Amino acid sequence: MDIDPFVLARIQFAANISFHILFPAISIGLAWFLLFFRIRFTQTGDKAWEYAYFFWVKVFALTFAMGVVSGITMSFQFGTNWPGFMEKAGNVAGPLLGYEVLSAFFLEASFLGIMLYGKNRVSNNIHLISTFLVAFGTTLSAFWILSLNSWMQTPTGYFIEDGRVMVDSWLAVIFNPSFPYRFTHMLLASVLTCAFLIAGVSAWRALKKVDGPATWKVMRTGVMVAAIAAPLQILVGDMHGLNTLEHQPAKVAAMEAIWETERGAPFTLVAMPDEEARSNRFAVEVPYAASLVLTHHMDGEVQGLNDFEGDHPPVAMVFWSFRVMLLVGVLMLCVSWWAAWRLRKGNRADRLVLRALSLMTFSGWVAVLAGWYVTEIGRQPWIVSGVLRVQDVVAGHSAATVVSTLFGYVLLYVLLLISYVAAVRRLATKPAESLAMGPVVFTEDSHSRQQAQKGGA
Amino acid sequence: MEFWLPVIYMATMGLALLIYVILDGYDLGVGMLLPWAEEDEKDTMIASIGPFWDANETWIVLGVGILLIAFPMAHGIVLTHLYIPVTLMLIGLTLRGVAFDLRVKAGDHRKGLWNRAFFAGSSLASLSQGWMLGAYVTGLQSNLTSYLFAGLIALTLPALYFVLGAAWLLMKTEADLQQKAIKWARVAILPMGVGLLLISIATPLVSQTIADKWFTWPNLLMMSPIPIFTAACFGIMLWLLKNPARVEQGQGWILYAATVAVCLLVSLGLGYSLYPDIIIGQMTIWEASASVKSLLFTLFGVALTLPAIIVYTIVIYRIFHGKAADLSYD
Ligand code: HDD
Ligand code: HEM
Ligand code: HEM
Repeated sequence: MDIDPFVLARIQFAANISFHILFPAISIGLAWFLLFFRIRFTQTGDKAWEYAYFFWVKVFALTFAMGVVSGITMSFQFGTNWPGFMEKAGNVAGPLLGYEVLSAFFLEASFLGIMLYGKNRVSNNIHLISTFLVAFGTTLSAFWILSLNSWMQTPTGYFIEDGRVMVDSWLAVIFNPSFPYRFTHMLLASVLTCAFLIAGVSAWRALKKVDGPATWKVMRTGVMVAAIAAPLQILVGDMHGLNTLEHQPAKVAAMEAIWETERGAPFTLVAMPDEEARSNRFAVEVPYAASLVLTHHMDGEVQGLNDFEGDHPPVAMVFWSFRVMLLVGVLMLCVSWWAAWRLRKGNRADRLVLRALSLMTFSGWVAVLAGWYVTEIGRQPWIVSGVLRVQDVVAGHSAATVVSTLFGYVLLYVLLLISYVAAVRRLATKPAESLAMGPVVFTEDSHSRQQAQKGGA
Repeated sequence: MEFWLPVIYMATMGLALLIYVILDGYDLGVGMLLPWAEEDEKDTMIASIGPFWDANETWIVLGVGILLIAFPMAHGIVLTHLYIPVTLMLIGLTLRGVAFDLRVKAGDHRKGLWNRAFFAGSSLASLSQGWMLGAYVTGLQSNLTSYLFAGLIALTLPALYFVLGAAWLLMKTEADLQQKAIKWARVAILPMGVGLLLISIATPLVSQTIADKWFTWPNLLMMSPIPIFTAACFGIMLWLLKNPARVEQGQGWILYAATVAVCLLVSLGLGYSLYPDIIIGQMTIWEASASVKSLLFTLFGVALTLPAIIVYTIVIYRIFHGKAADLSYD
């Protein structure tokens, strides 16, 4: 077999992390939505909110399980695929991952038990706190892992000794220059992904006429949150891009497919970037726009790929991924504002809006994946920007070994993804009445709690 | 510091992996016992592990996490060497983790399928873990004796998980299912005992380093309590299983406790055999360790969070104590 095991190792890692991120992208945001439903119920006593909680907690449990099992895979993959990474950058990566496990994973995994199964065993407040701790834990996971990832993009606070990275200042490592942007952008991404998920599923239920009172409340929540988060996300995305321009100009040159350094660079809407010819074919351009966005001057100078000969990422992938993300971002803005307008003040939206919302159900996934591809492929050929090349850290497995495990993983992931979407769909089609609630709900009365212990949750 | 930090981390890693075996061991065991139960019993069995399995699995993440944090030099060597069994284990854990949820969410007609996936995933994960342990103990060598040895442990560890799983069910279930669990425990205890015995005989034969550590005076005397106590634990287990009435009266936990004691003793023995190597015969914990500054930074976190984790884990077990019934978060 003459496929390069190095390429295979990358594909395998990319496949695993792409699969993993789908689920945190939902669970980080969904945990907070659940907390919101819970609190609304406590405040208003309106059963619809409780019902919303019970419906979405089912999806949450499934999503979380998917996230955990694929995450465990991730934690082994650093060692199986990139042993050199840990040997050389272990002094940074190890502690950050360690803090994630210690402060976040245990918290979320442990209190998830109470959140899911404990409602008849603990008081209302403890249940509420557990739900909060799960939400907090998922966000904390994102904090640590994004700190590591951002450090790999924009390393600071370290020095090199005997070829190994040593830490100079932990504060500088954790709060490295791209981290605040990446963290905010990812959290907003997760909120948007969930907002469209819950609005989309609710719209679908309304279209299928299996909606109850909760359906419309949830839909409105999703739409309103999306309408606020979408413009914020575009703003933060722009700031993120400017930060990238400062620290990783080669990535931005690839994102915009700018081959030669120039003043007054146009923004290329669509094109086929051609690495051989070092130019864009079939380009549709907006004059001066790239300079305007990136430097905030019509004739600002933008560095081109020619400044990074031989050391820049593959252009087409980064260019197109970036455009996919932008497109979804703009779509999200339009759809959420349109739907928010239609749903204002107790209106019930028409079928067109419902159809648009349900089409957008999984749009967050598309943007999240595209965004990560920009980030990660845009970092090539480095694994830690300017410090460590991917080539120097790969494990020496034979191509046959990697092909066979890759095949196994991909098969499993495709199967699981289909099962996941099918399960969500199945939940969504159930008529409202058949998703009945348990007999004893959030009780503080010790008698019924005892009964629950005997009779089960 | 240079000396102690790696030792502390080695001990913490050992502790995390021991807790993993004790905790995830029972839920993997329950998964492997599934095919021998009736349909409604399957629901109860899975309900009994529902609130816990997720947190249980986190201990293995901590285990490899510490390997990665403290011994980055060894982390790559160990994991690349164990590439295939690690992959199989991950596929197994993935399959069972999602099967847990999908068996009730994918529709009744698919339930049987996901039950089988739950069983298959649990078995695959357990066998691979056994293999990994075996390969690790023989110093990651690639020769026939090491493979045989790894194969032996690959079978013994699932037997141990069977016993843990059955013991868990003694505590968490009643009536018919409890009686079944007693039978399952009786069946599994024999291969577990024989396996452990064979491993104890084979280890010094496979590794000269280990043989030297055990069979010299006065080490032999100092370490002799380990096999003696282990034998005593087996005595207690057999005695309990002969008295089903005691189990019904709520003494089923004794089986679990005795199995945990066995795990503890075995890991003490294992720790003694390995120390001070992180990869036996190849690399010591000091050669493999990360920089003092990184180790100190993480130690701070470990000291702060590990006690908290242990406390809330105990609290959660107390909240969910008692017999399992159908779980639902409706
Ligand atoms: C719902 C998801 C979503 C949406 C609608 C957007 N993004 Fe995004 N974007 C992500 C989700 C995301 C992400 C998946 O979360 C990434 C990958 C890494 C990261 O921090 O965020 C990302 C990365 C990312 C990067 C890469 C930075 C780097 O790696 O150096 C830039 C420049 C932008 N985004 C900019 C934007 C702009 C200008 C958007 C406006 C339309 C936008 N994003 C919408
Ligand atoms: C935040 C945590 C993450 C970390 C620490 C991380 C780390 C890494 C590492 C070590 C590699 C291998 C070296 C390389 O090829 O550059 C890599 C590559 C890659 N990652 Fe990530 N990653 C993270 C998140 C993600 C996410 C969420 C995605 C996608 C959804 C992703 C997509 C990719 C892709 C596509 C590659 C392959 C790039 C290539 O080889 O061309 N990453 N990442
Ligand atoms: C290479 C990078 C990554 C590794 C090694 C990794 C590792 C893990 C592990 C081991 C788990 C299971 C935790 C448990 O047992 O409860 C997990 C779950 C999780 N991960 Fe990752 N992860 C990576 C990337 C990411 C990224 C990019 C994010 C988000 C920005 C993320 C967020 C989460 C969250 C929120 C969970 C909780 C489970 C869930 O919500 O589905 N991880 N991850």
